[in-house]
Formats: sequence, structure tokens, C-alpha cells
Amino acid sequence: MSLATTEATAATPPAARPRRWTARPGEAVAFGLVAIFLLAFLVVPVLTVVTVAFQDRATGGFTLAHVGDFLSNDLFMRSFWNSLYVSLMSVAVASLIALPLAYFTTRFEFRGAVLVQTLGVLPLIMPPFAGAVAMGLLFGRSGSVNLLLGDWLDINIPFMEGLNGVIFVQSIHYFPFILLNLSASLRNIDRAMEEAAQNLGSHGFRLFRRIVLPLAMPGYVAGASLVFIKVFDDLATPLLLNVREMLAPQAYLRITSVGLEDPIGYVISVVLILFSVLSLWVSSLALRGRDYATVQRGGGGLARRRLPRGQAVAAYALILLILALVLAPHLGLFLLSVATVWSFAPLPDGYTLAHYARVFAESSQYITNTLVYAGLAGLIDVILGTAIAYLVLRTRMAGTRWLDYVAMSALAVPGLVLGIGYLRTYFGVTLPNGTSLAAFWGIIVLALAVRRLPYALRACTAALQQISSSLEEAAENLGARRLRVVRRIVLPLMAGGIAAGFVTSFATAAVELSATLMLVQSNADAPLAYGLYVFMQSPAGRGAGAALGIIAVVIVGLSTLASHLVAGRGGKESA
Amino acid sequence: MSEILAREPAGIRVEGVDLSYGATRVLKDVNLEIRPGEFFAFLGPSGCGKTTLLRLIAGFNAAQRGRVLVGGADISHLPPWKRDVGMVFQSYALWPHMTVRRNVAFGLEERRVARAEIAGRVDAALALVGLEGMGERRPSQLSGGQQQRVALARTVAVRPKVLLLDEPLSNLDARLRVQVRRELRDMQQRLRLTTIFVTHDQEEANTVCDRIAVMSEGVVQQVGTPMELYDHPANLFVAGFLGTANIMPGRVLRDGAASAFEIDGGTRIPLPPGLDVPPGARLMFRPQDVLLLPAGAGAPGRRLLEGEVTHREFLGASIRYGVRVAGAEVLVDAPHTGGEGHLAVGGRAALALDAARVKLLAG
Repeated sequence: MSLATTEATAATPPAARPRRWTARPGEAVAFGLVAIFLLAFLVVPVLTVVTVAFQDRATGGFTLAHVGDFLSNDLFMRSFWNSLYVSLMSVAVASLIALPLAYFTTRFEFRGAVLVQTLGVLPLIMPPFAGAVAMGLLFGRSGSVNLLLGDWLDINIPFMEGLNGVIFVQSIHYFPFILLNLSASLRNIDRAMEEAAQNLGSHGFRLFRRIVLPLAMPGYVAGASLVFIKVFDDLATPLLLNVREMLAPQAYLRITSVGLEDPIGYVISVVLILFSVLSLWVSSLALRGRDYATVQRGGGGLARRRLPRGQAVAAYALILLILALVLAPHLGLFLLSVATVWSFAPLPDGYTLAHYARVFAESSQYITNTLVYAGLAGLIDVILGTAIAYLVLRTRMAGTRWLDYVAMSALAVPGLVLGIGYLRTYFGVTLPNGTSLAAFWGIIVLALAVRRLPYALRACTAALQQISSSLEEAAENLGARRLRVVRRIVLPLMAGGIAAGFVTSFATAAVELSATLMLVQSNADAPLAYGLYVFMQSPAGRGAGAALGIIAVVIVGLSTLASHLVAGRGGKESA
Repeated sequence: MSEILAREPAGIRVEGVDLSYGATRVLKDVNLEIRPGEFFAFLGPSGCGKTTLLRLIAGFNAAQRGRVLVGGADISHLPPWKRDVGMVFQSYALWPHMTVRRNVAFGLEERRVARAEIAGRVDAALALVGLEGMGERRPSQLSGGQQQRVALARTVAVRPKVLLLDEPLSNLDARLRVQVRRELRDMQQRLRLTTIFVTHDQEEANTVCDRIAVMSEGVVQQVGTPMELYDHPANLFVAGFLGTANIMPGRVLRDGAASAFEIDGGTRIPLPPGLDVPPGARLMFRPQDVLLLPAGAGAPGRRLLEGEVTHREFLGASIRYGVRVAGAEVLVDAPHTGGEGHLAVGGRAALALDAARVKLLAG
């Protein structure tokens, strides 16, 4: 017997969209400008950093001596292992926070699932280091929680001691990456996947282990590797918690105290890049060839179950506890920003608005600078993003793919490394007024733009992909020239995606610190995140720093809200 | 090779099933008897409850009333994983993280079947659907038709008591559909597996199934072989859903023992004595049961209706005319044998009705 296999209809790929064979002058110019920008502000600085790490200072030849110095130095090796330990532990703790939230809200009929998912993302809209000081006041040795624990139970938990503090702050800040990715993959599992397994005799934990978990795995790995990179590269949080024996702080301290010539900072930069690339590679490995978005036409996500009463109470209790923990930095920061004095007490002694007044009176340049820098960076990003997306999707010029790859590779470049690269590459370049290009505030804007370009580029590419090229062909058919087609058809239809890309770039650039910390030369040119960092250095500045932090949260929160509104409207238009 | 996949066939009984989602009654007092080894179809338009009934048998829905028996045993209170009722999903639901072989072996592993036997049964199931040598592929590397074969192999590998197919042909292209439905029939005969086939396509149901339950609005309208349903529809819904039906409004006239149906407009059709006439009945006849004549022609023993030809479709073996009669559009199939004798659109024509081939049906 055989059900005859005469079937020869193996799906043929849809015919590739016909593309133009020859480059038009306008397109060639756009290509050239984008390529020059990427070369000057991404490729050359990063290559410079790598070169210096392997270059003999006297002869200029290749050497492994700097790497040898790094490997044979106890302090650096300890810093390396500390960074690795902190990153892995942060992934573990972030998973512990994200797993129950994702699982319960996607899998069961759960009141407040939307609220949990929304509050769960809140930590992302705060600079990670901003919460660090507040966390110290809440969870430190003589913080609110330990004071209360000491009163009631006579115990003291070292949440914030040394590396613990970094792990605690980072995992609370970055767990949303895991929550978002994991929830999305859980929601994308078609319920028929689960029903088919039940139909064949599987149920309970075996069903979860053999079907649900493997299907959700790619999303989890993607989220976890993102958390790993972010923590491994982060500079500001360990510095603020006064943890110096980690890689990023060591690189920063070497460059700022020993000087730009010291090669160890560059070796550390190379290590940071290596680990970024490595974890991006792990993540792409997990996703490769596994398009696990299994929801079919007419299918829904996993069936939502009703929890038995006892389990429901336990689940709610667990989730409330997690949410309390997650929102603690915001609460702490807010209390700090309105506190007169807050030390050795569970709550502040008194409340005041003086810190806000002080920030607006003395340091409003931080806020203006942030809005200008992040706004310009977002603008540069959407212009570049639109240009690259258009070149890749609508022209047949050789090398457009490479523009895309190079722009996306900025994801693997830690902000600290980019900052060091800019200093090294452009310190000798002087502007007409005699100052160094590396000391010009515009360089901060460029660093922010390069760092956030991947976000804007993806948004623009997605927007352009959704526009059928027949819409453009129709316009050409009716007599419009290419440039007019772009202006009258393509750009208006892309507007939603471009706006979303701008807001994402703007909001994330507004709280960036790693690159800025290297590049800021004077307080007058500094953005908000830097000002926050400076305030937080002294106990007297903490209240004002917290006020600045709350202002940052408000700015980012408002722009996130705006991007949701824009994305929602764009979705309706293209539907 | 396929012997190790065969087992003693089991019958299915559905008794007095009522099922509601909130205030919506989806199934209303459904009773069915499906014989062991039978190829049975649930046929009806979308939203008629056929998939709900199938999922009820598989255990993915719970009825408010009634029960389901398989092989004489009540399975109403068993969870899906203890029912031993094989289901092939409309979307196939192949697990993308497993190879074809692992997909097919899954149910056997869950049943703790010995390793050596699993290998044999997986091979037999893959051979049965003609996918030998494809075991190490991933579902994403297969065409739609091949994916469907894997889904089928995965289900028959566990030797289920009965097989449930949820719109199995809906995701295939037209050419493949005809081929696959023959193969399904062939496999079902070979395994003697009691099978329920859910479809909204009467042609699919007619060609592969022994018997069909026609469903509409949660109610089983009629159960029978395809030919019984076509020739003796129980009501207007069944008549209209299987094949093409002309339905004429009018009223029943009685004169002592004799009775007749008067079509709106005046033509009377005498009814055979003793015919049971349901209240609100209408006259139904098939397009091929009418003779189409030029206007003014006579036909002994038949009743004539006159009207205007409104359209004409050439179907190959026949020509389908639309004729407007007494405010109703009547479809008539005239056999096409040569090049002559067509009626022109816009011309007059007469329809000759044979009283023996018309039916009176209620809605």
C-alpha cells in the first residue's frame, strides 16, 4: 500500500520581487552617504579599539603582549570572572522573576493579566542606575527592608552587598526582556499543538516538558541572551554601587585615570565585544530554522485554564510579591526625590519638593541637553533607517545588504567601547574653533545615534516591507517619477513605522549612559543620565539626583506611551 | 506491513447531547449511531456545530447533557489523553521542534510502548502514508500535502479506536484534494478504522463516505447514504445543501381524496393519493427532472409552466438554463448531445414537470 506519493507540489518560493538592475544617481548618492557615516562613526572607531589592543606601542606591529598583561593580572582576571558571574546570575534571577509572570498570565484565566504585563515592562523605562541608589536605601544593610526584618526577626539579608547588589539591581531592571520574549512565544503556540499531544495520550507535566517548553524555548533564549549582554556591558550600575572589580568599570577607570594611551582598556573592550557577539550568536542559533510561531489561521494561543482556588491564591500572592519587588526601585526613587532626610529609617523623616526646585533652578541644562541630543539622534536614526530599508528592499545595488548588516552590528558594540573608540579616533581631529572633535557635544549625539540605529532600522524595514510594491508601480504607471513616488506614496505609508522608530530611538537614547560617560567633557554639555550620575556621587546630591531620575522616567514613559499610540494607529491604517 | 496498525473496529454512539457556550446552544439533542468500520461524515455549513461535535468526541469540549460511547463504553468523563480516540487537526498541529519520526513516535512513547515496537509501528505508519525515508526531516521542510500525511501517520500509529478528521482537505489545493480523498478512503478500508470526517463540502462527503449526517444550526437534519440524502431529502435544508434544488412557493389544495399543489401563479400539480404533506410545504425538484421545451410545445402527461429564459451556462455534458416562472427562478439542466436545439436568452420556454419526480418538503 501507499498513499501514492505522486505529489510534486513542494511549495515553490514566491517569485522574488523584481528589482532594478541599475542604480539611479540619487540612490547611489544615498548609498554613499550612509556608507560613509557607518564607516566613520561605527566601523573605524571599533576597528581602532581592536587595533590598539593588539598593537605594540613602540613599533606599531602586532603583539599579544597587552592580552598577556590582561591575562596575567589578578585584578583583571578577577574582574572578568566577576562580570561573568554577575551576568549569569542576573540571567538566573531575571528568569525566576519572569517565568511565573509569563506563565501564569498567558496560560491561565488570570484577572489582571494585562496589568501584570504592563507593570512588568515598567522597569525598562527607567535608567538602570537610577534605581540603584534607591534600592540601596530600601534593601541595603540599613535599608527599610532590613531594618524591619531586624526588628521583627532579628535577621539581615545582604541583598545589596558587593556583587549581590549588582545582580539584584540588574535582574530587576532587565527581566522584562525575558518576560516579553517568553510571553510572546507562549502566546504564539497554537492550542492545536497542545491538543494534538493530549489526543495522543500526553498530559500534565510531561505535556509541558515535551511540547510547551521546547516551543517556548527560542523566545526564552533570545530574552536571556539580551539580558546577559546588557549586564555584561553595563558600566553605570556597578560604578554607582561602588563595585569596581568588573570589566566595564575597570576599562573606564583605566582610560579615565591612566589615560587614552593605556592598552588594557582596549583589551577589555575587545573582551566585551567578544562576549556580545558570542551571546548574539547563541541567540541566533536558538532561533535559526525554528520559526516556532505556530498559530494557524483560525487558531488561538494556548488554551487558558481556570486555576483551582488554592492554587489561584498562591499564584496571586507570588505575583504580587514579584511586582512589589519590581516596582521597588520606582517607589524608592520617588520617595528619595521628595524626602528631606532618609537614612537609618524605613521611611523618610519628612517630605519636600525642594529637590525638584533645585534641579530646575540649577541643572535644567541636563534636561534640555537630553531632549536635544536624543531628539537629534532619533532624527538621524530614522533618516538612516529609511534610507537603508529603501536601498535594501527596493533597489538591486550590490552591497546594500552589507549596509544593513553593518548597521545592525551596532547591537554587539557596547556603549563603553564606542565611547573609547570615538575618543581614540577623533581626539586629534580639531574643529575650526580649535577644540577637539571628541570634546564637541555633537559627538555624543552621533554615539547615541549609532547605538540606537538598529532599533530604528528594524522599525523602518518592517514598515517598508508591509507596503506592496504594486502600490508604487501603480503610481509609476500613472506617470510619477521615482522621487515623486517615494515622496507621495512610500513615505506617507511608512509614516507610522518611522514615527515608532523615532520614539524608540529617542526614549532609549534619553537614558543611555555608557557611551556618554566616556564622551562628556563638561557639565554644561552633559545629558540627564550623566547629571543623575554626578548627583548620585554625593549624599547631598541624592535627592536632586532622584528628582532628575523621576523626570527621566516621565520623559521615557511619555514617549513610550506615544509610540504605543502611533503604532496602534499605524496598525489600523495598514490593516 | 499495515497489519500491525489494524485493530478490531469500534462503533460510536452519541446520545442526547446538548452543548452551549454561554447562552448560545451549539448542539441540540444530538443522537447518532456510527457503525464499526464505517466512514462517516458530519456535513454542514460553517457554524452548524460539526467541529464542536467532533471535539466533543475527542474530549476537548464538555456537553451539558448526554453522553458519548465508543465501542460500547461511556467515555464522556475521560480526559482527552485517556480516550484513545485519534484526531487529525485541520492545521495538522505538527510539532516544529521534532522530526517527522519523533512526531509519529510521540503517542507511542506516551503509551510506554517498548522501544523496538515503536520503531516498527512508526515505520509501518510512515509506509502507510507513503513517506518512507522522510523520517529525519522537520515538518517545516515538507509540503502541505506531506505534512498532512505525517499528521495522519502520527494518529494511526497509536492504533486509535476511532479516527476523527477535522476538515482534512481544506488546506490542500484543488488537484491534491481529489487524490488525497481517494487515498483516505483506501487507507480507511485497509485498516477498517471507524472514521468521522468533518467537512462543509458535499462533494467530499459524497465521494468518500458510507453515510453522512447533515447538520444545521446544531441539529442533525438527516442521516443516510449520499444517494438517500440526494434522492429523498428529509427537508428543504438537506435538499438545498446536497445538490441543486428548485424550490417553488405555493399551497396545497384538497378536493376530497384527491389533492394537488398549486404553484403561485396558477399551475396545479396533482399529488399521489395518500402522500403525507407537512405543513408549510413547498414543491422541490432537481434541475435534471424537468424537461425544457420551446414555448407552445405539448408534453402528454406532464404539467407545463411557461416563462422567459434569463441565462444560460454551458457545463459540458449539459446546459443549465435559468427560466423565470411565476416570480421564481427555476434552474433546468438540458443534456447536451449535439450542436443544435439551444434556446436563446430572452426567449420564451416551457417547463414540463413530471408529477412523479417532485417532492413536497418543509423548511
